[in-house]
Amino acid sequence: MTPAGPRSDPRPLDVAVIGAGVVGCAVFREFAIAGARCALIERDADLLAGASKGNSAILHTGFDATPGTLEARCVGDGYRRYREIHAKLNLPVLDTGAVVVAWTAQEEAALPAIVARAHENGVRDVRLMGAAELRVREPRLAADARAAVLVPGEAIIDPWSAPLAYALQGLAHGGTVHRNTLVKGGTRTPEGWKLATDAGVIHARVVVNCAGNFGDHVEAIARPSPFRIRPRKGQFVVFDKSASAIASSIVLPVPTERTKGVVVCRTIFGNLIVGPTAEDQDDRTAATVDQAALRALIDTGTRILPALADHPVTATYAGLRPATEHKDYQIEALPSANWITVAGIRSTGLTGSLGIAAHVRDLHEEHFGRFDPPATIIWTPVDNLAEHRPRGHMACDRSRIVCHCELVTEREIAAAFEGPLPVASLGGLKRRTRCMMGRCQGFYCTRRVMEIASGRCGDLVEHIA
Amino acid sequence: MTDKAIIDRPVVIIGAGPAGLTAARRLRDLGTQGVLVVERNPEAGGLPRFCGHPGWGLLDFGRVWRGPVYARKLVAAASGVEILTDATVTALHPGGRIEVSSRSGPMTVHAHAALIATGIREAPRSARLVGGSRPWGVTTTGAFQEMVYAGSLRPFRRPVIVGSELVSFSALLTARHAGIRPVAMIEEGPRIVAYRPGDWIARWAFGVPVMTNAHVVEICGTDRVEAVLVERAGHRERIACDGVIFTGQFTPEATLARLGHLHVDPRTGGPSIDDRWRCSDPAYFAAGNVLRPVEHSGFVAAEARRAADSIATALTSQDASGDAAVAVMPGGAARYVYPQRIVSREARVMLYGRADREHRGHLRVAVDGRIIAERRVHARPERRLAIAIDAGGLRGAAALSFILD
Ligand SMILES: Cc1cc2nc3c(=O)[nH]c(=O)nc-3n(C[C@H](O)[C@H](O)[C@H](O)COP(=O)(O)OP(=O)(O)OC[C@H]3O[C@@H](n4cnc5c(N)ncnc54)[C@H](O)[C@@H]3O)c2cc1C
Ligand SMILES: Cc1cc2nc3c(=O)[nH]c(=O)nc-3n(C[C@H](O)[C@H](O)[C@H](O)COP(=O)(O)OP(=O)(O)OC[C@H]3O[C@@H](n4cnc5c(N)ncnc54)[C@H](O)[C@@H]3O)c2cc1C
Repeated sequence: MTPAGPRSDPRPLDVAVIGAGVVGCAVFREFAIAGARCALIERDADLLAGASKGNSAILHTGFDATPGTLEARCVGDGYRRYREIHAKLNLPVLDTGAVVVAWTAQEEAALPAIVARAHENGVRDVRLMGAAELRVREPRLAADARAAVLVPGEAIIDPWSAPLAYALQGLAHGGTVHRNTLVKGGTRTPEGWKLATDAGVIHARVVVNCAGNFGDHVEAIARPSPFRIRPRKGQFVVFDKSASAIASSIVLPVPTERTKGVVVCRTIFGNLIVGPTAEDQDDRTAATVDQAALRALIDTGTRILPALADHPVTATYAGLRPATEHKDYQIEALPSANWITVAGIRSTGLTGSLGIAAHVRDLHEEHFGRFDPPATIIWTPVDNLAEHRPRGHMACDRSRIVCHCELVTEREIAAAFEGPLPVASLGGLKRRTRCMMGRCQGFYCTRRVMEIASGRCGDLVEHIA
Repeated sequence: MTDKAIIDRPVVIIGAGPAGLTAARRLRDLGTQGVLVVERNPEAGGLPRFCGHPGWGLLDFGRVWRGPVYARKLVAAASGVEILTDATVTALHPGGRIEVSSRSGPMTVHAHAALIATGIREAPRSARLVGGSRPWGVTTTGAFQEMVYAGSLRPFRRPVIVGSELVSFSALLTARHAGIRPVAMIEEGPRIVAYRPGDWIARWAFGVPVMTNAHVVEICGTDRVEAVLVERAGHRERIACDGVIFTGQFTPEATLARLGHLHVDPRTGGPSIDDRWRCSDPAYFAAGNVLRPVEHSGFVAAEARRAADSIATALTSQDASGDAAVAVMPGGAARYVYPQRIVSREARVMLYGRADREHRGHLRVAVDGRIIAERRVHARPERRLAIAIDAGGLRGAAALSFILD
């Protein structure tokens, strides 16, 4: 367990990273591996409680990014880096490929430009695919699919294990993680910043703002924020695992200016999701779903894959993209302010995070100096939750299965409460183990999960005398 | 992971609830050796284990017990049959090849006949597409009963109960047992679904107001439920509460059939069967609440007994197929019908179904347009529709309709 609150060491830290979303976790990892003394500061009881809680979990090639943007660069780089390190952290990749499907003549006419842009972005294996070939690849697609762009490199990953592994690796390299720690303000010191948190003061030379949907609030500590965050909500419907056989590729629509549109794709856990919506809102935390939007998603999904009509809904969720008035990522070093801004990582941050982290370390090196890297890198593999790889319940002397739908064992649940980053909330436990996340949503396992978790994840239940 | 264990069994029963255990007992009584019951929980007994209220056992044991006692009696009555607990069937393959995750590792069981008796659950909030946030405190009757009766846990103090089926009254009883005071019972329809005295039981015996024509549109709260938004007659009302119990809207736990090769009837949500309880792959049989929503334990036990008889016959006879199957389809106000295929030509075959709404009229069975059975019914969605037909005359028939009009 890492101490929550300020360290006893009087020297300021090299780097304080505000926000333990996927971006903050990757930045924290990068600095820790580079040899920095660093801390990751999160207001919530667990990691990934913000934008990184709910996304489509696609590892993007960056084929459709606007060429020349920072986002295009970081996504491309993040993609390569993920592929490089995932095996060492035991992180899964499900290589599905994607098809961008044209349903109208107008959309079909837009396909060559998508291919051209992909090539410009360096994703050279992207190509057009005619209706016949598309039908062979995706036979369950609605009959009026006209043509497609094939993006072989798009893949599915685990949206929660990846940032967890990054944070654990940062910890293994001497970093600290402060949870339940809200950064409320900061004052400049000769060396850097004294951040005022509700758990004491954290002194660091350089602050990295990775505060997601609160990016502009945190930015205001250093300067009047040059951007304003307006969350863009995306709702999803998760279909039963029985549905995952009806689409092998990620099925993307031809994008519009505003959004990438509604995607149908498998998840690493063996389900099929349809989403997201794109709804601007002022609330920065409320990732609520509503029945009308969910029904519309089911309709859209069923139009794309008519067989979906026979499959039950397992879950629904929503995520909040940290959108700004700018399209591109807002990443910048403020040399005189000892501050690095990492904001507006709107809809590609899961993929982009490792590329963003490398870029941020470069900025640090350029403006604030470099660190002495350790002689060896420590790898911190995480438990596998991907359906297509061996799971805990397949072990020879497995412990009792607690969650029957997701086949989560008692040992896996116990492990989530151990180690350097024990879970501290029910949401955290679900993301870490998948318990209660399956088709019954707790019908069969709530009692057992409560017996194990209540008290350690807040007081969820009382004992009847 | 070492080499996977592979074993052979004449009969594998999947699930040790009332259906599975009753079938096991019957097969033992019929002299079938080597039956293996596979149950994923640490103890056998199925859903009744957590139903603390009385009313179990009347039809199959002639006694009335509380659920946990009934569960123990079922297990005791099946003594002599091997029950492997803590073992989850993870996949069904053609011809009776069954994958099991057991405590000692994964294993494959080859069964000459397998009975799917995996029961039923309630639709959770997500499957009902209820909006709002996702705080702790949202549950189903089944999970709530288990928390209270098996865990002595009280998850909330003043929940709302969504639904008014019989099971919703189990939720009320369970709440009372745990010192929990529900603030409202919310029903989408115009009246309580359970039989008539339901609403006054709720109101007078429990002091719980019943809201009809109302539905929950949103759940509010960050860490824990704080309120629900209820829509009634076009306007929305916020009801403060600290929990939500979704009751009823039963969904057969037909996961194994869905993920595998067996045909699932979209109307019942369970594997489709013939009148000998056989699924689309003749190595598999199904009985109990996995077949359809939803029957009480006495009915389930009775059908499991008949399914066991059919399995015993199948093990000894060479003729696995019967006559050409006649498909049975629901019509009119009938929501579903099962068995979905008739293969025997016996003089008395029962067809069962449900109505999709309250309806007074006729239940008719027609073969290629000709009525072969008919009776007057007052149908309600929660009541079983049953009718006997003479299958002797079905030779050469193409399809059979089960029509409520
Ligand atoms: C609907 C949707 C679909 C998406 N699909 C994909 C996809 O398929 N592929 C992909 O690569 N990306 C996808 N994304 C994008 C990705 O999820 C985001 O880019 C990423 O999660 C942003 O991470 P972040 O770390 O910047 O923000 P967050 O995850 O919000 O992290 C910020 C953290 O900072 C904390 N914080 C804020 N203020 C303070 C403070 N004052 N003190 C302490 N802590 C603070 C917050 O609690 C939060 O945990 C999708 C996003 C959405 C919403
Ligand atoms: C919330 C609720 C309340 C109810 N209340 C009543 C009531 O008061 N009175 C009444 O008569 N009926 C009630 N019922 C109906 C109940 O379903 C039946 O009484 C009875 O339990 C049905 O028996 P079954 O054997 O079909 O299913 P179950 O009793 O559900 O048994 C199925 C068994 O299969 C096991 N199983 C499932 N999948 C697998 C797998 N993959 N591998 C191994 N094992 C597996 C399960 O663990 C379980 O033990 C209720 C149902 C529910 C859901």
